[in-house]
Order: sequence, then structure tokens, then C-alpha cells
Amino acid sequence: MVDGGQAVPSEPAIALDIISQFAAEIPFLKAISASIEKLERGRCRLSAPWQDHLVVDTSTGILHGGVITTLLDSASGTAVFSVIPRVMQIATLDLRIDYLRPAMPNADVFAEADCYRLRKNVAFVRGRAFQDTDREIASSLATFMLESSSL
Amino acid sequence: MEQRQIDQLRDAKNRSAPQDVVRAIPYLEFLGVTVEEEPGGVLICHLPFQDKLVGNPTLPAIHGGVIGGLLESVALLQLIWSLDAPTLPRTVNTSIDYLRSGWAKDTFARGRITKQGRRVANVRAEAWQDDPERPIAAAHGHFLLG
Repeated sequence: MVDGGQAVPSEPAIALDIISQFAAEIPFLKAISASIEKLERGRCRLSAPWQDHLVVDTSTGILHGGVITTLLDSASGTAVFSVIPRVMQIATLDLRIDYLRPAMPNADVFAEADCYRLRKNVAFVRGRAFQDTDREIASSLATFMLESSSL
Repeated sequence: MEQRQIDQLRDAKNRSAPQDVVRAIPYLEFLGVTVEEEPGGVLICHLPFQDKLVGNPTLPAIHGGVIGGLLESVALLQLIWSLDAPTLPRTVNTSIDYLRSGWAKDTFARGRITKQGRRVANVRAEAWQDDPERPIAAAHGHFLLG
């Protein structure tokens, strides 16, 4: 949740539809059929369909953690892009994920991220992944470096 | 009838064929991961670069989720390979440090089991491109066994 105007600077630099278009062209998101479902300032939700070639455990159809990692990393990065005050590169510093439940077969996976604090050079992001309406499968914390070199 | 995954893992171990462990895991086949065993039973994963792995087309760089998934995978593979009775461990959590950009080239990874208990194991893993001494990412994770 972006509240108190803390995370969102007065004038974020990049229009949300530009960010969405950019994200739609990311090859690995295309490769797993992931797409942006919702984008607000400081908040992003991605979704991806369950697919049998993304599975780790063929006896249960549980998705590989790499898929969840990808969705959380991208949702988190996109949330950061939506609040930065000028156009710049960002880089994931670290990403910590707790796997709360297995990602079960035949259900879409959603990843939601919330950039809850933006400092001059660092952004802090919380994330969660879930299936169905609110079956949480993972939670995450990520930090990003905001690169000083503007594009 | 398709062979059960656990039997595939067991067979692969018995035949000392680590690549067959990868073949039993669809997501690793999808990424195009190959694996080789080094002396001492250490597995080295090789992720050949493909355009579909890119996460930042501007640089271009491999998606952080791909690198994170590779680190989690090499940890899982090392556990499967090192355990007496092969199981598919379940990931409890992972913590990934991104150290350098993962450029558009081949990536390698290896894992080291730092502690193995009866129910949980702790694994550290590193990924690199040109030089193992200059890792692009490092992770540690906890995995449930059995």
C-alpha cells in the first residue's frame, strides 16, 4: 500500500501505459505467458497461467519456484518503475522469497508488489504471490538500486 | 505409462546420469539447462543463453527470475544428487543477492550443501558467466527433505 505519499514522489517520471508497453515486450515474461494485470503508482500485479512445462514436480503438477521468482521480481521492478522520479535503470539488489504453499496445477498465478519506500538510491518492495482469489503461495521482500546514470 | 518422477530420479542417480535428473524436471528442460558432475560429486549447471531468457532488453540482460530459478534449481539438483535416498526436496525459502548484471551469454551455477539435517537442508549457490570468481548472483535457501 502506498500511503502517506511516502513512496510516490510528487511527479513520477514514466507514464503507466509506457511501463505496461515496456513490460509486455520482456522476452522471458512472454516466454511464460505472463502479463501485467494491474498497474498503479507503486503497485503492480502480474498474472501467468499454469503450464505443464513450468512444473518442478510431475507427480503433483507443482510449479517450479523459478516461475514464482520471475513473477515477483518483475512485479517488484515494475512497481519501482512506476514511482521513480526520472527515467533510469534499476537493478535488483536482493530478493527474498518465502514459499508458503505449493503452486497447484491448473490455476493462474498472480504476483502483486508494493513499493512502500523510495529513497534517493534505493527502493524497498514487498510482494506476494497467490492463486485463486487469495490462496497465498509466496511472500517476498526485494530491494532495488536506482542507477545514477540516467538513460 | 509414464515413469514416476521419483523413479526417474532414482534411476538417474543409479546410472550416474545427472542430465537425466534435469530431464525429469520440466521447467529445467524449458530453460535448456544441462548439468555435469565434477569430481567430488559437485554438479555444475550450464544455462546456454537464449533470447527468450532476457528480462532487460535494453542492456540486454537475463531476467533476474531466470537467474534466481537457476540458483534454486542447482541447489535442488545438488540435494537430489547427494542424498542417499533421492527425493524431490521442497523449497522453504530462498534469498538471492544480485551481484552483477547477467549479460546475454551462457551462465553457470553450482551449489554447496552447508547443512543437512534429517528434515531440512541449507544450501548456498552461486552463478557466474566468464569467471567463477566473479559471481553474478549468490543465493542461500532452505529445503524440506522427504
